[in-house]
Amino acid sequence: MTNRGPLLASLGLVIIGVVAGGMSTWVWSKTATQIAVNERSYRLRALNEIVPPARYDNNLFDDIISIRDRELLGSDDPVTVYRARNDGAPVAAILTAVAPKGFSGAIHLLVGVYADGTLAGVRVSMHRETAGLGDQIEIEKSNWITVFDRRSLADPLPANWFVRKDGGEFDQISGATITPRAIVKAIHDALLYFEANRELLFAE
Amino acid sequence: MSPDFLDISRDALWRNNTGLVQFLGLCPLLAVTTTLVNGIGLGVATTIVLFLSNTAVSLARPLLRPETRIIVFVLIIAALVTVVDLFMHARFFDLHRSLGIFVPLIVTNCAIVARAEVFASRHDPLRAAIDGLMTGLGFTLVLITLGAARELVGQGTLLAQAEMLFGPNGQNTSITVFDGGFLIATLPPGAFFAMGLLIALRNVMAAHRSTDKYPAIMKAETAG
Repeated sequence: MTNRGPLLASLGLVIIGVVAGGMSTWVWSKTATQIAVNERSYRLRALNEIVPPARYDNNLFDDIISIRDRELLGSDDPVTVYRARNDGAPVAAILTAVAPKGFSGAIHLLVGVYADGTLAGVRVSMHRETAGLGDQIEIEKSNWITVFDRRSLADPLPANWFVRKDGGEFDQISGATITPRAIVKAIHDALLYFEANRELLFAE
Repeated sequence: MSPDFLDISRDALWRNNTGLVQFLGLCPLLAVTTTLVNGIGLGVATTIVLFLSNTAVSLARPLLRPETRIIVFVLIIAALVTVVDLFMHARFFDLHRSLGIFVPLIVTNCAIVARAEVFASRHDPLRAAIDGLMTGLGFTLVLITLGAARELVGQGTLLAQAEMLFGPNGQNTSITVFDGGFLIATLPPGAFFAMGLLIALRNVMAAHRSTDKYPAIMKAETAG
């Protein structure tokens, strides 16, 4: 008689593996569509908070470009830009810029810029800042992030595009300086990118 | 010799509490308990996975061999966490967004493999399921206590951002006890202070109860 122990052990392992893999695959196939729909409507909610849906008439998800600029957009990876248009005329571009130097790593932003270069609004889409301090940048926790609404490269003047602690015009968050500093810089950089690449951003 | 349900519950909730006595699953426990709502969220998700994994491991007993059992546990737990994660993502999107990072973390909670190895693989599915449920509840109680204490001291509030868990109904449930707060409670060192005090409190209580079979823990033997 040969020793059948290892054979039985492997057989059990194979059965469990097939069942576990099959179950995950089945649930994934049943939920994938719903998850994509959820993600998209969540993203659309955030985009519509920045640029009100009444101001544009195109489908934002059908009008996307990818751009790359490590210096000004904060990421080595291509960055997605959603373009809002009304009757084909440019209304706003929403850049998924990154603030690379947050307190706990990169902070992912949605920076909305109207065609005339003023900020439509900014939202934080992903971050790992300290709970109770740096996380005040989320719109759900405080309205700090709305201080950027309607600002532009000329307002405040370049010398004042900093948090107060650095001699600028923007309030920091009490107990957190690094987080707002990173965000102010990232927004200013995104505006610089917008100014230099307006044609490209709205190209069909 | 199978333990009765009361024994299982008492073990899981008090005598052998995962967090306070066995010191298992400390990574998610300390990292996540910055607020009460976070504590509840991770507690509920962990309890669901523990309940399912204990049941599944017990049902898979005919296929378990000593050489492969750990691999089988890992396979079962990974598959269950994946399924729970996908299901929540599809059905409870906002809840999933607030718990998003905690759900995959459950895989790394060694308390779950520990229950599979120590209990579920040696008992019938009903007992295993109850053990999973009770162990999860015991873990949840520690998460809730720690989360509440750290939120209260750190921010002066309780149940802040409850709407992430309970939807719009939770919008105005936040209780502000006082303004400000001691920042350190929210930061990682605060987690260790609070956990240390909680373990000490449990030891004092256990020492005063002569009926307890297990004496106060004087030294950590396991951690993870």
